[in-house]
Amino acid sequence: MTATIESPNYAYPARSRGRRGPNLEKAGWVFMRASGVVLVVLIFGHLAYNLLWTPGGIHAVDFGFVGGKLADPFWQWWDVLMLWLAILHGSNGMRTIVNDYVHKPTIRSVALWAIGIAAAILIILGTLVTFTFNPCPPDADLSLLPSFCADL
Amino acid sequence: MSETSSSLTLPDPTPRRTTFSGTLYRGNEGMWSWVLHRITGVAIYFFLLVHVLDTALIRVSPEAYNAVMATYKNPIMGLGEVVLVGAVVLHAMNGLRIILVDAWPWATRHQRLLFWIVMGLVAALMLYFTPTHLINVFSPAEAH
Repeated sequence: MTATIESPNYAYPARSRGRRGPNLEKAGWVFMRASGVVLVVLIFGHLAYNLLWTPGGIHAVDFGFVGGKLADPFWQWWDVLMLWLAILHGSNGMRTIVNDYVHKPTIRSVALWAIGIAAAILIILGTLVTFTFNPCPPDADLSLLPSFCADL
Repeated sequence: MSETSSSLTLPDPTPRRTTFSGTLYRGNEGMWSWVLHRITGVAIYFFLLVHVLDTALIRVSPEAYNAVMATYKNPIMGLGEVVLVGAVVLHAMNGLRIILVDAWPWATRHQRLLFWIVMGLVAALMLYFTPTHLINVFSPAEAH
């Protein structure tokens, strides 16, 4: 048995005729794929370094470890890029799911705004924290800090 | 005649009969990969919200950050981390499969095979991750 599809590309063009301006849905589609590939590298590196290759793994993750890591511009940029891409990728995915399942316009609008506001807050907060925190805060217990703080 | 004004003749898709057939959309590998991608994506999203907030505590004080990190070292959370990493690995491998299926006609024709390759890669990566992580989770903290 066969099914005949009449001119699928012609009947449903990728874009409605006569639309003007940037194609944001296409840009989002491209972004999900591009950011996805980069996130695989960033997140697999994040998990392998923190949980597998550092002796002690999860037990070794404390202020001394993270502070020492984030004192290095390499890890600052790694983590900030991961933050931006992950939040944007995740928020756009949640937007897709809300558009699929939430049919009441008011609830949909509230959900989309909540996703957008959460994304903005976390991106701003995470970026500020990464670039403004002090790995050797004054008056802190020296035993909790990265080892290089003792030399300051 | 140009490509776009011709009509395509394709064989009818024949979903494999499973115990679920008739009650679910398609019910095959393509549907399950889509379902798993959504579920793992939503789960990772909510963890991401929490994870950015807990990491932000490094800006508050070493004690505040260490207090919240102590909850991640609880054995029950340690088992949850295996599930979380499993979700991340599955979403990552299946995402790469989606890109291939979109971009490469061979992959579109062999999406079912690719689903099982994804499952194999997830199993292999989790066999690499899980023993090391669980040894860390269940080792006494003072050993480090």
